[in-house]
Amino acid sequence: MAIEVPAPSADKDNSIAPDKTGRVIVITSGKGGVGKTTTTANIGMALAVLGEKVALLDADIGLRNLDLALGLENRIVYDIVDVVEGRAKLRSALIKDKRNANLAFLPAAQTRDKSAVSPDQMKSLVADILAEGYTFVLIDCPAGIEQGFKNATAGASEAIVVTNPEMSSVRDADRIVGLLEAQDLHNAKLIVNRLRPKMVRSDEALGVADVQEVLGQGVELIGVVPEDERIITSTNRGEPASLDETSLAGKAYRNIARRLRGEDVPFLTGTDLEEKEPGFLDKLFQLFGVKNN
Amino acid sequence: MTIFDRWFGKKEDSAKNVARDRLRMVLQQDRSSIPAPIMEKIRADILAVLCKHLDIDEREFDIAVEREGEAVALTANIPIRRIRPEAA
Ligand SMILES: Nc1ncnc2c1ncn2[C@@H]1O[C@H](COP(=O)(O)OP(=O)(O)OP(=O)(O)O)[C@@H](O)[C@H]1O
Ligand SMILES: [Mg+2]
Repeated sequence: MAIEVPAPSADKDNSIAPDKTGRVIVITSGKGGVGKTTTTANIGMALAVLGEKVALLDADIGLRNLDLALGLENRIVYDIVDVVEGRAKLRSALIKDKRNANLAFLPAAQTRDKSAVSPDQMKSLVADILAEGYTFVLIDCPAGIEQGFKNATAGASEAIVVTNPEMSSVRDADRIVGLLEAQDLHNAKLIVNRLRPKMVRSDEALGVADVQEVLGQGVELIGVVPEDERIITSTNRGEPASLDETSLAGKAYRNIARRLRGEDVPFLTGTDLEEKEPGFLDKLFQLFGVKNN
Repeated sequence: MTIFDRWFGKKEDSAKNVARDRLRMVLQQDRSSIPAPIMEKIRADILAVLCKHLDIDEREFDIAVEREGEAVALTANIPIRRIRPEAA
Protein backbone atom coordinates (compact mmCIF):
# COMPACT_ATOMS: atom_id res chain seq x y z
CA MET A 1 0.00 0.00 0.00
CA ALA A 2 1.23 3.38 -0.95
CA ILE A 3 2.11 5.67 1.86
CA GLU A 4 0.84 9.19 1.56
CA VAL A 5 3.80 11.45 1.27
CA PRO A 6 2.92 15.10 1.44
CA ALA A 7 3.84 16.63 -1.91
CA PRO A 8 6.21 19.57 -1.64
CA SER A 9 3.65 22.31 -1.42
CA ALA A 10 3.88 25.49 -3.44
CA ASP A 11 2.56 27.42 -0.46
CA LYS A 12 5.50 26.39 1.60
CA ASP A 13 7.94 27.66 -1.03
CA ASN A 14 6.11 30.93 -1.21
CA SER A 15 6.19 31.41 2.52
CA ILE A 16 9.96 31.63 2.39
CA ALA A 17 10.08 34.48 -0.13
CA PRO A 18 7.80 37.51 0.31
CA ASP A 19 4.52 36.63 -1.40
CA LYS A 20 4.93 39.34 -4.01
CA THR A 21 8.04 41.44 -4.46
CA GLY A 22 7.88 44.92 -5.92
CA ARG A 23 9.26 46.07 -9.23
CA VAL A 24 12.57 47.91 -9.47
CA ILE A 25 12.84 50.10 -12.56
CA VAL A 26 15.85 52.21 -13.52
CA ILE A 27 15.23 55.31 -15.66
CA THR A 28 18.20 55.86 -17.99
CA SER A 29 19.16 57.65 -21.22
CA GLY A 30 22.87 57.85 -21.86
CA LYS A 31 22.68 61.46 -23.03
CA GLY A 32 22.15 64.08 -20.36
CA GLY A 33 19.22 66.43 -20.04
CA VAL A 34 16.65 64.39 -21.95
CA GLY A 35 14.19 64.13 -19.06
CA LYS A 36 15.15 61.22 -16.75
CA THR A 37 14.55 63.15 -13.54
CA THR A 38 11.32 64.70 -14.83
CA THR A 39 10.15 61.24 -15.88
CA THR A 40 11.04 59.64 -12.54
CA ALA A 41 9.17 62.32 -10.58
CA ASN A 42 6.09 62.23 -12.80
CA ILE A 43 5.68 58.49 -13.16
CA GLY A 44 6.42 58.06 -9.46
CA MET A 45 3.68 60.49 -8.47
CA ALA A 46 1.25 59.02 -11.00
CA LEU A 47 1.83 55.48 -9.68
CA ALA A 48 1.32 56.71 -6.11
CA VAL A 49 -1.99 58.31 -7.13
CA LEU A 50 -2.99 54.94 -8.60
CA GLY A 51 -2.46 53.40 -5.17
CA GLU A 52 0.98 51.87 -5.58
CA LYS A 53 3.47 52.21 -2.77
CA VAL A 54 6.34 54.00 -4.51
CA ALA A 55 9.93 54.73 -3.49
CA LEU A 56 11.97 57.07 -5.69
CA LEU A 57 15.74 56.79 -5.52
CA ASP A 58 18.02 59.57 -6.75
CA ALA A 59 21.15 57.72 -7.93
CA ASP A 60 22.65 60.82 -9.54
CA ILE A 61 25.15 61.22 -6.72
CA GLY A 62 26.86 64.61 -6.71
CA LEU A 63 24.19 66.14 -8.95
CA ARG A 64 21.06 65.90 -6.82
CA ASN A 65 17.97 67.05 -8.76
CA LEU A 66 15.02 64.78 -8.11
CA ASP A 67 14.36 66.63 -4.83
CA LEU A 68 13.64 69.80 -6.81
CA ALA A 69 11.37 68.07 -9.33
CA LEU A 70 9.38 66.71 -6.39
CA GLY A 71 9.47 69.92 -4.34
CA LEU A 72 11.00 68.06 -1.40
CA GLU A 73 14.38 69.83 -1.22
CA ASN A 74 13.60 71.44 2.15
CA ARG A 75 12.87 68.17 3.89
CA ILE A 76 16.17 66.40 3.31
CA VAL A 77 18.00 65.25 6.43
CA TYR A 78 19.79 62.10 5.32
CA ASP A 79 20.78 60.85 1.88
CA ILE A 80 21.48 57.59 0.08
CA VAL A 81 25.15 57.52 1.15
CA ASP A 82 24.19 58.04 4.82
CA VAL A 83 21.99 54.96 4.57
CA VAL A 84 24.52 52.83 2.70
CA GLU A 85 27.31 53.75 5.14
CA GLY A 86 25.08 53.07 8.13
CA ARG A 87 24.81 56.61 9.53
CA ALA A 88 21.04 56.66 9.04
CA LYS A 89 18.26 54.11 9.14
CA LEU A 90 16.49 53.60 5.82
CA ARG A 91 13.15 54.49 7.38
CA SER A 92 14.33 57.83 8.73
CA ALA A 93 16.09 58.73 5.48
CA LEU A 94 13.07 58.03 3.25
CA ILE A 95 11.09 61.26 2.92
CA LYS A 96 7.32 60.75 2.88
CA ASP A 97 5.50 63.02 0.45
CA LYS A 98 2.84 65.13 2.18
CA ARG A 99 0.64 65.31 -0.94
CA ASN A 100 0.47 61.56 -1.29
CA ALA A 101 1.33 59.19 1.54
CA ASN A 102 2.11 56.41 -0.97
CA LEU A 103 5.17 58.26 -2.24
CA ALA A 104 8.59 58.22 -0.58
CA PHE A 105 11.90 59.61 -1.74
CA LEU A 106 15.55 58.86 -0.98
CA PRO A 107 17.80 61.77 -2.05
CA ALA A 108 21.24 61.54 -3.62
CA ALA A 109 24.24 62.80 -1.69
CA GLN A 110 25.23 66.18 -3.04
CA THR A 111 28.81 66.36 -1.82
CA ARG A 112 29.99 62.87 -2.79
CA ASP A 113 30.86 61.33 -6.14
CA LYS A 114 29.55 58.51 -8.27
CA SER A 115 31.74 55.90 -6.59
CA ALA A 116 30.15 56.50 -3.16
CA VAL A 117 27.67 53.64 -3.65
CA SER A 118 28.89 50.34 -5.11
CA PRO A 119 26.76 47.98 -7.19
CA ASP A 120 26.54 45.53 -4.27
CA GLN A 121 25.50 48.27 -1.86
CA MET A 122 22.85 49.36 -4.35
CA LYS A 123 21.49 45.82 -4.56
CA SER A 124 21.16 45.45 -0.82
CA LEU A 125 19.68 48.94 -0.48
CA VAL A 126 17.00 48.07 -3.02
CA ALA A 127 16.30 44.77 -1.24
CA ASP A 128 15.87 46.68 2.03
CA ILE A 129 13.44 49.13 0.38
CA LEU A 130 11.39 46.24 -1.06
CA ALA A 131 11.31 44.62 2.38
CA GLU A 132 9.52 47.78 3.59
CA GLY A 133 6.62 46.82 1.34
CA TYR A 134 7.10 49.16 -1.59
CA THR A 135 5.51 47.90 -4.82
CA PHE A 136 7.56 50.14 -7.12
CA VAL A 137 11.11 51.43 -6.75
CA LEU A 138 12.11 53.92 -9.46
CA ILE A 139 15.80 54.75 -9.78
CA ASP A 140 16.82 58.05 -11.40
CA CYS A 141 20.07 57.19 -13.22
CA PRO A 142 22.85 59.71 -13.92
CA ALA A 143 23.73 60.54 -17.53
CA GLY A 144 26.67 58.73 -19.09
CA ILE A 145 27.78 55.13 -19.37
CA GLU A 146 30.43 54.98 -16.65
CA GLN A 147 30.43 53.88 -13.03
CA GLY A 148 27.38 55.96 -12.08
CA PHE A 149 25.34 54.12 -14.70
CA LYS A 150 26.61 50.73 -13.52
CA ASN A 151 25.80 51.52 -9.89
CA ALA A 152 22.34 52.86 -10.65
CA THR A 153 21.38 49.87 -12.79
CA ALA A 154 22.82 47.23 -10.44
CA GLY A 155 19.72 46.87 -8.28
CA ALA A 156 17.15 47.10 -11.07
CA SER A 157 15.18 44.31 -12.70
CA GLU A 158 13.59 46.48 -15.40
CA ALA A 159 14.72 49.52 -17.36
CA ILE A 160 13.11 52.50 -19.02
CA VAL A 161 15.15 54.37 -21.63
CA VAL A 162 14.21 58.01 -22.16
CA THR A 163 15.10 59.67 -25.44
CA ASN A 164 14.30 62.87 -27.26
CA PRO A 165 13.33 62.59 -30.94
CA GLU A 166 16.69 63.95 -31.96
CA MET A 167 19.75 62.22 -33.48
CA SER A 168 22.37 62.25 -30.75
CA SER A 169 19.87 61.32 -28.06
CA VAL A 170 18.55 58.34 -30.07
CA ARG A 171 22.09 57.22 -30.82
CA ASP A 172 22.95 57.24 -27.11
CA ALA A 173 19.70 55.42 -26.33
CA ASP A 174 20.74 52.65 -28.70
CA ARG A 175 24.09 52.38 -26.93
CA ILE A 176 22.38 52.25 -23.54
CA VAL A 177 20.06 49.44 -24.68
CA GLY A 178 23.17 47.40 -25.53
CA LEU A 179 24.79 48.16 -22.17
CA LEU A 180 21.57 47.29 -20.32
CA GLU A 181 21.52 43.91 -22.04
CA ALA A 182 25.09 43.37 -20.91
CA GLN A 183 23.82 43.98 -17.35
CA ASP A 184 21.08 41.38 -17.92
CA LEU A 185 18.39 44.04 -18.19
CA HIS A 186 16.49 42.86 -21.22
CA ASN A 187 13.27 44.22 -22.73
CA ALA A 188 13.98 47.87 -21.97
CA LYS A 189 10.96 50.13 -22.44
CA LEU A 190 11.20 53.34 -24.45
CA ILE A 191 9.83 56.79 -23.67
CA VAL A 192 10.06 59.43 -26.37
CA ASN A 193 10.07 62.74 -24.49
CA ARG A 194 9.75 66.31 -25.77
CA LEU A 195 8.00 65.35 -28.99
CA ARG A 196 7.12 68.32 -31.19
CA PRO A 197 4.12 67.19 -33.22
CA LYS A 198 4.04 70.28 -35.42
CA MET A 199 7.65 69.81 -36.53
CA VAL A 200 7.02 66.13 -37.19
CA ARG A 201 3.96 66.94 -39.25
CA SER A 202 5.93 69.40 -41.37
CA ASP A 203 8.73 66.83 -41.82
CA GLU A 204 11.26 68.91 -39.95
CA ALA A 205 11.89 66.60 -37.00
CA LEU A 206 11.99 62.88 -36.21
CA GLY A 207 8.69 61.36 -35.17
CA VAL A 208 7.97 58.45 -32.86
CA ALA A 209 7.77 56.01 -35.77
CA ASP A 210 11.21 57.09 -37.00
CA VAL A 211 12.73 56.61 -33.56
CA GLN A 212 11.12 53.20 -33.20
CA GLU A 213 12.23 52.15 -36.65
CA VAL A 214 15.90 52.95 -36.13
CA LEU A 215 16.03 51.49 -32.62
CA GLY A 216 14.42 48.28 -33.81
CA GLN A 217 12.39 45.54 -32.15
CA GLY A 218 14.55 45.31 -29.02
CA VAL A 219 12.82 48.21 -27.28
CA GLU A 220 9.10 48.48 -26.75
CA LEU A 221 7.48 51.90 -26.68
CA ILE A 222 5.77 52.64 -23.38
CA GLY A 223 5.06 56.34 -23.77
CA VAL A 224 5.22 59.51 -25.80
CA VAL A 225 5.51 62.78 -23.89
CA PRO A 226 5.09 66.03 -25.80
CA GLU A 227 7.17 69.15 -25.36
CA ASP A 228 5.12 71.03 -22.79
CA GLU A 229 5.81 74.36 -21.10
CA ARG A 230 3.84 73.07 -18.15
CA ILE A 231 6.82 70.80 -17.36
CA ILE A 232 8.94 73.88 -16.76
CA THR A 233 6.38 75.63 -14.57
CA SER A 234 5.62 72.45 -12.64
CA THR A 235 9.33 71.84 -12.01
CA ASN A 236 9.64 75.45 -10.87
CA ARG A 237 6.83 74.89 -8.40
CA GLY A 238 8.01 71.44 -7.34
CA GLU A 239 4.66 69.94 -8.35
CA PRO A 240 5.02 67.05 -10.81
CA ALA A 241 2.94 67.76 -13.93
CA SER A 242 1.23 64.38 -13.58
CA LEU A 243 -0.79 66.01 -10.76
CA ASP A 244 -2.00 68.65 -13.23
CA GLU A 245 -5.16 67.47 -14.97
CA THR A 246 -4.78 70.06 -17.70
CA SER A 247 -1.16 69.32 -18.67
CA LEU A 248 -0.63 67.23 -21.80
CA ALA A 249 2.73 65.94 -20.61
CA GLY A 250 1.07 65.17 -17.28
CA LYS A 251 -1.54 63.09 -19.03
CA ALA A 252 1.16 61.29 -21.01
CA TYR A 253 2.94 60.43 -17.75
CA ARG A 254 -0.28 59.23 -16.12
CA ASN A 255 -0.81 56.97 -19.13
CA ILE A 256 2.70 55.54 -18.78
CA ALA A 257 2.03 54.74 -15.12
CA ARG A 258 -1.13 52.87 -16.11
CA ARG A 259 0.70 50.95 -18.84
CA LEU A 260 3.41 49.98 -16.34
CA ARG A 261 0.69 48.37 -14.25
CA GLY A 262 -0.41 46.34 -17.27
CA GLU A 263 -3.34 48.45 -18.40
CA ASP A 264 -3.84 48.77 -22.15
CA VAL A 265 -3.96 52.52 -22.75
CA PRO A 266 -3.94 53.90 -26.30
CA PHE A 267 -1.03 56.19 -27.16
CA LEU A 268 -1.61 59.90 -27.53
CA THR A 269 -1.09 60.65 -31.19
CA GLY A 270 -0.87 63.52 -33.65
CA THR A 271 -3.38 66.13 -32.71
CA ASP A 272 -3.92 64.84 -29.14
CA LEU A 273 -0.38 65.96 -28.44
CA GLU A 274 -0.68 69.43 -29.85
CA GLU A 275 -1.51 72.32 -27.61
CA LYS A 276 -4.80 73.55 -28.93
CA GLU A 277 -4.77 77.17 -29.97
CA PRO A 278 -7.55 78.59 -27.85
CA GLY A 279 -10.49 79.21 -30.16
CA PHE A 280 -13.12 81.90 -29.72
CA LEU A 281 -15.35 79.61 -27.65
CA ASP A 282 -12.45 78.53 -25.44
CA LYS A 283 -11.64 82.15 -24.73
CA LEU A 284 -15.26 82.85 -23.92
CA PHE A 285 -15.40 79.81 -21.61
CA GLN A 286 -12.12 80.85 -20.02
CA LEU A 287 -13.64 84.21 -19.29
CA PHE A 288 -16.24 82.42 -17.22
CA GLY A 289 -13.75 79.95 -15.80
CA VAL A 290 -15.22 76.95 -17.65
CA LYS A 291 -13.09 74.39 -19.48
CA ASN A 292 -14.17 73.53 -23.01
CA ASN A 293 -13.15 70.00 -23.96
CA MET B 1 8.10 61.46 -55.05
CA THR B 2 4.68 62.23 -56.45
CA ILE B 3 3.44 65.63 -57.39
CA PHE B 4 1.16 65.48 -54.35
CA ASP B 5 4.16 65.08 -52.07
CA ARG B 6 5.64 68.17 -53.66
CA TRP B 7 2.43 70.11 -53.18
CA PHE B 8 2.15 69.05 -49.58
CA GLY B 9 5.82 69.67 -48.93
CA LYS B 10 6.76 65.99 -48.36
CA LYS B 11 10.26 66.06 -49.75
CA GLU B 12 12.59 63.06 -49.83
CA ASP B 13 15.32 65.31 -48.47
CA SER B 14 13.25 66.81 -45.67
CA ALA B 15 15.21 67.40 -42.46
CA LYS B 16 13.29 64.54 -40.91
CA ASN B 17 14.21 62.02 -43.62
CA VAL B 18 17.83 63.12 -43.70
CA ALA B 19 18.03 62.72 -39.92
CA ARG B 20 16.45 59.27 -40.05
CA ASP B 21 18.78 58.04 -42.79
CA ARG B 22 21.90 59.41 -41.14
CA LEU B 23 20.83 57.89 -37.84
CA ARG B 24 20.20 54.53 -39.45
CA MET B 25 23.72 54.53 -40.90
CA VAL B 26 25.48 55.61 -37.74
CA LEU B 27 23.63 53.08 -35.58
CA GLN B 28 24.61 50.32 -37.96
CA GLN B 29 28.24 51.32 -37.53
CA ASP B 30 27.98 51.71 -33.76
CA ARG B 31 26.35 48.33 -33.36
CA SER B 32 28.85 46.45 -35.47
CA SER B 33 32.03 48.05 -34.19
CA ILE B 34 34.20 45.82 -32.05
CA PRO B 35 36.17 47.57 -29.29
CA ALA B 36 39.92 47.73 -30.01
CA PRO B 37 41.02 45.61 -27.00
CA ILE B 38 38.66 42.84 -28.06
CA MET B 39 39.89 43.00 -31.67
CA GLU B 40 43.44 42.60 -30.34
CA LYS B 41 42.43 39.53 -28.39
CA ILE B 42 40.60 37.97 -31.34
CA ARG B 43 43.67 38.61 -33.48
CA ALA B 44 45.98 36.95 -30.96
CA ASP B 45 43.66 33.95 -30.49
CA ILE B 46 43.26 33.32 -34.21
CA LEU B 47 46.98 33.65 -34.73
CA ALA B 48 47.72 31.16 -31.95
CA VAL B 49 45.45 28.53 -33.51
CA LEU B 50 46.79 29.08 -37.03
CA CYS B 51 50.42 28.95 -35.92
CA LYS B 52 49.90 25.42 -34.61
CA HIS B 53 49.48 24.24 -38.18
CA LEU B 54 50.88 26.91 -40.45
CA ASP B 55 53.88 29.15 -40.71
CA ILE B 56 52.26 32.58 -40.86
CA ASP B 57 53.76 35.95 -41.68
CA GLU B 58 52.62 37.63 -38.46
CA ARG B 59 53.32 41.17 -39.53
CA GLU B 60 51.09 40.84 -42.58
CA PHE B 61 48.36 38.95 -40.72
CA ASP B 62 45.34 41.23 -40.49
CA ILE B 63 41.70 41.02 -39.43
CA ALA B 64 39.04 43.63 -40.04
CA VAL B 65 35.31 44.27 -39.78
CA GLU B 66 33.76 44.87 -43.16
CA ARG B 67 30.30 46.17 -43.85
CA GLU B 68 28.18 46.04 -46.93
CA GLY B 69 24.71 47.42 -46.49
CA GLU B 70 23.12 45.53 -43.61
CA ALA B 71 25.71 42.75 -43.63
CA VAL B 72 28.72 42.74 -41.34
CA ALA B 73 31.62 40.32 -41.66
CA LEU B 74 34.95 39.71 -40.01
CA THR B 75 37.56 39.19 -42.71
CA ALA B 76 41.11 37.97 -42.29
CA ASN B 77 44.13 38.23 -44.50
CA ILE B 78 46.47 35.34 -43.66
CA PRO B 79 49.71 35.19 -45.64
CA ILE B 80 51.10 31.64 -45.34
CA ARG B 81 54.87 31.19 -45.59
CA ARG B 82 54.69 27.41 -45.59
CA ILE B 83 52.55 24.58 -44.32
CA ARG B 84 54.21 22.86 -41.39
CA PRO B 85 55.21 19.31 -42.38
CA GLU B 86 53.33 17.65 -39.48
CA ALA B 87 50.12 19.31 -40.68
CA ALA B 88 50.19 17.43 -43.95
N1 LIG C 1 8.35 67.15 -21.98
C1 LIG C 1 9.06 68.24 -21.67
N2 LIG C 1 8.68 69.46 -22.10
C2 LIG C 1 9.40 70.56 -21.78
N3 LIG C 1 10.51 70.56 -21.03
C3 LIG C 1 10.96 69.38 -20.59
C4 LIG C 1 10.27 68.15 -20.88
N4 LIG C 1 10.95 67.15 -20.29
C5 LIG C 1 12.01 67.69 -19.68
N5 LIG C 1 12.03 69.04 -19.84
C6 LIG C 1 13.04 69.97 -19.32
O1 LIG C 1 14.33 69.54 -19.72
C7 LIG C 1 15.29 69.80 -18.73
C8 LIG C 1 16.06 68.53 -18.39
O2 LIG C 1 15.18 67.60 -17.79
P1 LIG C 1 15.67 66.58 -16.67
O3 LIG C 1 16.42 67.28 -15.61
O4 LIG C 1 14.49 65.78 -16.27
O5 LIG C 1 16.67 65.71 -17.54
P2 LIG C 1 17.70 64.61 -17.04
O6 LIG C 1 17.76 63.58 -18.12
O7 LIG C 1 17.34 64.15 -15.69
O8 LIG C 1 19.05 65.46 -16.99
P3 LIG C 1 20.47 64.98 -16.38
O9 LIG C 1 21.07 64.07 -17.40
O10 LIG C 1 21.23 66.24 -16.22
O11 LIG C 1 20.18 64.28 -15.08
C9 LIG C 1 14.55 70.35 -17.53
O12 LIG C 1 14.71 71.75 -17.50
C10 LIG C 1 13.10 69.98 -17.80
O13 LIG C 1 12.21 70.91 -17.26
MG1 LIG D 1 18.58 64.06 -13.91
